[in-house]
Amino acid sequence: MAAITTTPGAHHDAEDPNASFLEKKGLMSWLVTLDHKRIGIMYLISVMIAFALGGIFALLVRAELLTQGKTLMDADTYNKMFSLHGVVMVFLFIIPSIPAAMGNIILPIQLGAKDVAFPRLNLLSLYIYWFGACFGLYSMINGGVDTGWTFYTPYSSSDPALGGVGSSTSVIPMTLAAFIMGFSSILTGVNFIATVHKMRAPGLTWRRLTLFTWALYSTSIIQVLATPVLAITLLLLTMERFLGLGIFDPRLGGDPVLFQHFFWFYSHPAVYIMIVPGMGVVSDIIATFSRREPVGYMAIAASSLGLALLGFLVWGHHLFVAGMSEYATMVFSALTFLVAIPSGVKVFNWVATLYKGSISLQSPMLWALSFIFLFTIGGLTGLFLGMLAVDVHLHDTYFVVAHFHYVMVGGTVMGFVGGLHYWWPKFTGKMYDEAPAKAGWFFVFVGFNITFIAQFIMGSRGMPRRYYDYLPEYEIFHQISTVGSWVLGFGFVIILYVLVKSLMSGKPAPRNPWGSAALEFQTPTPPPTFNFVKDPVLTRGQYDYQLATEDELYEGFDDPLFPGIRGGKPAAKPAAAAEGEKE
Amino acid sequence: MSSEATAGAHAGDHGDGHGDGHGHHGPKWLAHHFDTPAQQFDAAKLGMWVFLAQELLFFSGLFVAYGVYRSWYPEMFKAASHQLDKIMGGTNTIVLLFSSFTAAMAVRSSQLGKQKETGRYLLVTILCAFGFLVIKYFEYQHKFEAGLLPSRYFHPHMDHLVAGSAPLPANTGTFFGIYFMMTGVHGVHVIVGIGVLIWIYLRNQRGDFSKEFFTPVDIAALYWHLVDLVWIYLFPLLYLV
Ligand code: HEM
Ligand SMILES: [Cu+2]
Repeated sequence: MAAITTTPGAHHDAEDPNASFLEKKGLMSWLVTLDHKRIGIMYLISVMIAFALGGIFALLVRAELLTQGKTLMDADTYNKMFSLHGVVMVFLFIIPSIPAAMGNIILPIQLGAKDVAFPRLNLLSLYIYWFGACFGLYSMINGGVDTGWTFYTPYSSSDPALGGVGSSTSVIPMTLAAFIMGFSSILTGVNFIATVHKMRAPGLTWRRLTLFTWALYSTSIIQVLATPVLAITLLLLTMERFLGLGIFDPRLGGDPVLFQHFFWFYSHPAVYIMIVPGMGVVSDIIATFSRREPVGYMAIAASSLGLALLGFLVWGHHLFVAGMSEYATMVFSALTFLVAIPSGVKVFNWVATLYKGSISLQSPMLWALSFIFLFTIGGLTGLFLGMLAVDVHLHDTYFVVAHFHYVMVGGTVMGFVGGLHYWWPKFTGKMYDEAPAKAGWFFVFVGFNITFIAQFIMGSRGMPRRYYDYLPEYEIFHQISTVGSWVLGFGFVIILYVLVKSLMSGKPAPRNPWGSAALEFQTPTPPPTFNFVKDPVLTRGQYDYQLATEDELYEGFDDPLFPGIRGGKPAAKPAAAAEGEKE
Repeated sequence: MSSEATAGAHAGDHGDGHGDGHGHHGPKWLAHHFDTPAQQFDAAKLGMWVFLAQELLFFSGLFVAYGVYRSWYPEMFKAASHQLDKIMGGTNTIVLLFSSFTAAMAVRSSQLGKQKETGRYLLVTILCAFGFLVIKYFEYQHKFEAGLLPSRYFHPHMDHLVAGSAPLPANTGTFFGIYFMMTGVHGVHVIVGIGVLIWIYLRNQRGDFSKEFFTPVDIAALYWHLVDLVWIYLFPLLYLV
């Protein structure tokens, strides 16, 4: 291999350097592992279980809204359903999904490192996540919460048992759950920052990092700077309920709007904790499946940082109607528009990369393209909401619900599932069936749009969010939306089937199934415990399709749709032939 | 910042440690996934600084709440702050400052390879930390007795208040809500710090550290300095307004 030369006599003579990280068996070998890949896999399983749980709650919420009045459950249960859906999706699924699960597995490999900087801390962050999830489960079993995932005071803080008029549900364990999981997020962020700074292989300069790495790096900055503010806010909320501090509870002289400021100072940046990693995944997928260096590489990288920083300045757009001063609302409105710049930079650069790229439309690419499409809609409707006058009308309607689902599901979940398909062969050593994978994508994409376009329309006509019942003129939209959610759910069932089938009986995956030039596809599949058989030294960038050798790009590369698309180069090499003889 | 540079600068550290069972080349304390001691040290240091930034933001929520309520109720803050014991608070400030100094000395002696001295300095630091908590305990006890508690439980007993104090305005309970949160969260950091310092002390006595490897001592001291730093802000804001 030309690009990745090796330092002679590097390390680990004790273990078989070629043994895959999946080799060791037994539950204990997983639970006490310090290997970032195994920790990542455990995270991956955890967040997928959380996603399924949150998805069931979502389907129940939608089913209840199928007809006017009571369809399935009473109003209290309904309130708990959408709250639990929100809490589980945000804190248990979407925030850890890409960074802690996929990032953990891929980031050190893309850096040419043997592990993250602090493996023990990494395992600790997983344990903390589980510990927090236990609190969440405890709260659910104990009656759940009906506050919405935002836990707004004074509703959440004023306890009826103590003469308040707020929520009587188990708020304290649920806020503690979010508080605890915050630490898991912070530790992952600290770990990744140190890893990116200090663990890069020789020759891997900042300009040679993958865009996925850049995205995770930016995300880590937000995680470290924003999450502690949420942590202290939730702690104050818990204590408010517990001790009656008088900070958020108006009966005691406190100010509930202060809670909203604190909460959104975290939760708006948190939107970027959710979306920036997805952008990173998409950047990598687009480069690989266009066989091209991303256009405006530095612009995409810098715009991740830009989003990370701007994200801290716009929280006030959630409080336009909560009683801020007029000047504050105007400033926040203006600042909100600025976010469009780095977002636009990314979208235009992705599109420019596709232009004149050699595109192959395999399933990861389909997810990446739908990311661009849906995120663009989500982002543009965000501008509506950032506009002061318009938001007064749209605030807390289904328009908002549709907007944030376009960003969070259309953005992050597309990035997550796309990444899952893209790296699946690396994670598991197994290929999946392309045709049903595409069918799964199709149902998700179509179902998603049906579900949420209906919500845009009814929201713009004034249907408020979080309502148990509605006027007859909204019924048709609710029905469309609910049917859409079934299509969407069916799509995910197909994907689950494809992945499980691949685990049971998938063909062994080649080292580089997509012909990518990135580092993680140059190491054996599945990677050995220390990631590389020999310490890598980089002499080219990870998107450099010109300098990458044929061996690097074409080993096992087999594109059923566009065989041999790269001008003049040989068509696909058979998957099995090259396996194992390199490295 | 590239690892090439660090690799070059510390090539001399390699040498020993062949065949130590972990299959890498370097001293025992060099973790398997690092190439050089310098890389390991730099990573640990950077990680700790990033973590400390996180700590500051954690406290910043409390400082913002403090700022907001102080600007809304300046009179109340003045009257309520008068009820805090400046002597005890001041003593605690000195105790913490001194412990920060001994923590720094512990790092210094560890760097020089003076293991005994390091142990002694660490012990003094730990004792100071306990001293801080003891003083805090008496302060809290007095507040409990005087009924100076967070809003819901706020019921001042006039006979326990500081002599000659003006009547407490409405919402004074909010001040004590903030007071207990700020000092309480800081106190938890002190307790965590004691745990960390004891662990470092035990490792030092076991002979884990040397001239070449003193990273954990350094990192723990950094944390302790932060605990001290936060208190240096809390003291004037709460006691001296
Ligand atoms: C899979 C299909 C999904 C459907 C059908 C769905 C449906 C819904 C519905 C009906 C609501 C209640 C809206 C309201 O009145 O506020 C809701 C709220 C919410 N959803 Fe989803 N959702 C889905 C997926 C997701 C995903 C993947 C995420 C995050 C990753 C998510 C995050 C949220 C959040 C944060 C809320 C707000 C909850 C609250 O108001 O407290 N949803 N969703
Ligand atoms: Cu926002």
